[in-house]
Amino acid sequence: MTATTERSAPRRGAVTALYAGNARAVVGRGLVATRSSNWVVVISGFVEPIFYLLSLGIGLGAYIGTVTDAGGHEIPYAAYIAPALLAVSAMNGAIYDSTWNVFFKMNFGKLYQGMLATSLGPLDVALGEILLALFRGAVYGVGFQIVMQLLGLNLSWTALLAVPAVVLIAFGFAAIGMGITSYFRTFQQMEWIFIVMLPMFLLSATFFPITVYPEPVQWAVMALPLWHGVELVRGLTTGVIEPVMLVHVLYYLAMVVAGLFFTTRRLRALFLD
Amino acid sequence: MTIISATGLVKRYGEVAAVDGVSFEVAPGESFGLLGPNGAGKSTTMRMIGAVSTRTSGELRVLGLDPDQHGPEIRSRLGVVPQQDNLDTELRVRENLITYGRYFGLPRRLVASRADELLEFAQLADRASAKVDELSGGMKRRLTIARALINDPRMLLLDEPTTGLDPQARHILWDRLFRLKEQGTTLLLTTHYMDEAEQLCDRLVVVDHGRIMAEGTPASLIREYSTREVLEVRFGSEHNAVAAGRLAGIGDRLEVLPDRVLVYASDGEAALVEVTARGLQPLTSLVRRSSLEDVFLRLTGRSLIE
Repeated sequence: MTATTERSAPRRGAVTALYAGNARAVVGRGLVATRSSNWVVVISGFVEPIFYLLSLGIGLGAYIGTVTDAGGHEIPYAAYIAPALLAVSAMNGAIYDSTWNVFFKMNFGKLYQGMLATSLGPLDVALGEILLALFRGAVYGVGFQIVMQLLGLNLSWTALLAVPAVVLIAFGFAAIGMGITSYFRTFQQMEWIFIVMLPMFLLSATFFPITVYPEPVQWAVMALPLWHGVELVRGLTTGVIEPVMLVHVLYYLAMVVAGLFFTTRRLRALFLD
Repeated sequence: MTIISATGLVKRYGEVAAVDGVSFEVAPGESFGLLGPNGAGKSTTMRMIGAVSTRTSGELRVLGLDPDQHGPEIRSRLGVVPQQDNLDTELRVRENLITYGRYFGLPRRLVASRADELLEFAQLADRASAKVDELSGGMKRRLTIARALINDPRMLLLDEPTTGLDPQARHILWDRLFRLKEQGTTLLLTTHYMDEAEQLCDRLVVVDHGRIMAEGTPASLIREYSTREVLEVRFGSEHNAVAAGRLAGIGDRLEVLPDRVLVYASDGEAALVEVTARGLQPLTSLVRRSSLEDVFLRLTGRSLIE
């Protein structure tokens, strides 16, 4: 233990209490720890939307035939639901990682307590953990998009832009998932996340357009995050680019900011009183 | 320059003052102890010094800085061994050290070589790729101490370092900590074990209900608050109080505990002769030297471990 360390001088000022600019150390830790994760759970989360695509898109789609997209083109039913399931895939990956994993670390493990005894700040921890969840969501999403490409369901070159869109969707869900989870202390509270997620998955224009609903219900669906993701990705993979996409992007950016804000605040309250 | 200086330090949770006006100073290279029962405010004091808890009032300087203003800076120069191990169970032994070093923003090459040195120091070199859960309690503690040293800290904060360990594991740990002390590392430790305080602390404060009851070296505290020797006599739980009534005047002072009577005297054997001379037949008797336990009993009227 020689005292020859070159220390990178810690930054000064009020913000340093929150952020040491070292979220990568948290990400690095997560990647090493991934090895010990439950691979059955990881793979099942990825495979689930693919099963939906095969059964509903290919199977049910054979009966339905084609549907009309937002641009007025006739497209196969599978190509209609595939982008929605792509958004779901990114959401699943991000939510799995940022909810249960985080819940256990917050309430049962002492990982964050240990991290925050170092020069890391709560924003480093929040950002690092959210980036990890985002990473899982993005891996799911890109994997799913490769499947779509193989099945010929990417109808336009703009489908390439769905890759960053999926990353953004994963980022938004990871941030909001961790933000909400950080306030939950019991398993019952955690159940609420999944009670909300199931109807959101089924109703957010995933399998049919929301125009089938009465107007108030349409507004309710449009308030949910997944609908914005589905619309954004569907526009990109089918090649119908509209200005409203900017609203979808802003919605997700707002989720990212809100998630980071609340997670940081909560970590600070829990571990740095 | 002092490493820690606390003046009138207070931490309040609502109405309850966990730390209620504590003042002390620690010099570089010193080994300083906070001795007191559970709930005395030791851990809260440690958390404020470790810059993970803000103070309600009072003055505090750690390494010359105010922890409320310079949290990350102070934390980067401390090593912390918390009361309960918080090792990363998803990582293996050596990975724990490397990852922790990375939290301080240290380069990977540096932490990797330091991790190997520290595994040697902690006598865990042959366990480098073991899972944390496979380690014994003593090994986990040593790994936690090794981890606390990864950033080459100016000072080590140890909260109840050997609580819950078996005697052999405690002695191994004390030996490691003593080596650090010899190398000049400043140690700040809390404990409710007397023998631990006597082994490791150059100087200590006795804390109870968030306040400092006394301060000094272990030897000076014993000199000041206790006699040289103690005679412990047992008459059976029914009879201790009655017998104590007939012991008045023997030694300097009596302390009646539920299971025994303590007679404080400079010569314990002489005191025992007097006890039997008064016609009392203790079931068992023991003469020992005074310890910090007796100091604590004198200061608070209570035992340390309840």
